[in-house]
Amino acid sequence: MRLLDLLFPERRNSAVIAKDRLKIVLAHERASRDAPEFLPALQKDLLEVVGRYVEIRDDTLRVNVGKSSDTSLLEINVEIDRSMFKPVNNAAPVMPRPIPAARLDRESPAPWVKQS
Amino acid sequence: MAKVIVLTSGKGGVGKTTSAAAIASGLALRGKRTVVIDFDVGLRNLDLIMGCERRVVFDFINVINGDAKLNQALIKDKRNDNLYVFPTSQTRDKEALKRDGVERVLEELKDNFDYIVCDSPAGIEHGAITALYFADSAIIVTNPEVSSVRDSDRIIGILASKSRRAEHNLEPVQVHLLLTRYSLERVKKGEMLSVEDVKEILSIPLLGVIPESETVLKASNTGTPVVFDEESPAGRAYLDAVARFVGEQREMRFLQPGRRSIFRSLFGRA
Repeated sequence: MRLLDLLFPERRNSAVIAKDRLKIVLAHERASRDAPEFLPALQKDLLEVVGRYVEIRDDTLRVNVGKSSDTSLLEINVEIDRSMFKPVNNAAPVMPRPIPAARLDRESPAPWVKQS
Repeated sequence: MAKVIVLTSGKGGVGKTTSAAAIASGLALRGKRTVVIDFDVGLRNLDLIMGCERRVVFDFINVINGDAKLNQALIKDKRNDNLYVFPTSQTRDKEALKRDGVERVLEELKDNFDYIVCDSPAGIEHGAITALYFADSAIIVTNPEVSSVRDSDRIIGILASKSRRAEHNLEPVQVHLLLTRYSLERVKKGEMLSVEDVKEILSIPLLGVIPESETVLKASNTGTPVVFDEESPAGRAYLDAVARFVGEQREMRFLQPGRRSIFRSLFGRA
C-alpha cells in the first residue's frame, strides 16, 4: 500500500471515483426524470428538420428543460460540423421574405430620415 | 392513526426483507402493534426470515380475493404478542396484487395496528409500485455501492411521483435512508462509499447505519429477526433506527472505531 502510494501519489481511491461517477450519472437521470413528456417527440421532430440541412446524429441534438425559480428554459443544443452541411435544395421550399412596403421606393428616403 | 411504512430499494439483495423483519420486530418490542406484510408475490421469503414458514395457511392474495378472512391469514409471532406476519402467495404472480384489493386489506389492518410494515419486492414493476403506493413513510434500504445508490435514487423519484400521496397532492411520503452492510474498515481504506457520501448523493435524512455483521446470516439461518439477538451489533443498530423512527434522538453508533479497531491500529496496519 505504502509503496503504491509512493509510486502513484495522486491516485484517487475507488470510493472517491464511485462518488464522482454517481454524482454525474444521477444529475443526468434526475434531469430527464423531471422533464416534460413531450421532449422525446420534440427531439425527434427537431432531428428531422435539422437533418434536412445538416448531417446529424441522434446524439448530437439534445433537448433539455432547465428550471430556475419561476421560469422554465427550453434548451436545444445541436452539435454540428461544417463539413456536414447539406446542399440547400434538400430544404423545404422557403417563402420569399416580404419586403417592408416603405422601403420599396428606393428613391425616397426612409420615413425615419430627417428631411432638411 | 396507523402508519404504513414501505421498505424499498429498487435493487435486490440489499437487505429489504431482513430490515423489514428487524424493524417490524423492533417496533413490536417498543409495544407498538405491528404487522409486517410480504409484497413479494411468487417469491415468498419473509415467512422464513420471521421463522413462521410452517405456520402459513392462507396468504395475502387469498385475503385480497376474499377466499380467506384477515384473521385466518395473519400469523401471530411466538416471541412478541404485538407482532404479526402476513405472508404472501408462493404460487401466484405479482399481477394478483390488485390495487383496490390491497387498499381494502390495508384499511382493515389500520383498524387493528399501529404500524403496517410493507416488505417490497425488488425492481420497479407492478409488485414494487403496489408496495409503495399506499405508504406514509418509506425506508430506502441502500448498500454503500454504486448500483444500489443509483437504484435508490430512482425509487425516491418514483415515491415522489407515483405514490398515492403524490397522485392526490397530499403531504409527500416521508423518506428515510437505511444504509446496510456498512463496513467502517473498508470506508477508512477508501474502498467503500461513506455514510456522508451516500447522504450527500441521495440527500434524504439518515435513519440508521447497519454494520456488516455475521449475526445477520445467523439470524436468517434460525428464522429469528436480528433485533432479538442482544449480542448482535446489527441488531442494536436496527433498534437505534427504530427509536429514531418513532422520534427519539439516538447517536449513530458503529461509525467510530471500536475496541477491535484500536487493537488493529496498534498491531495491524496503520
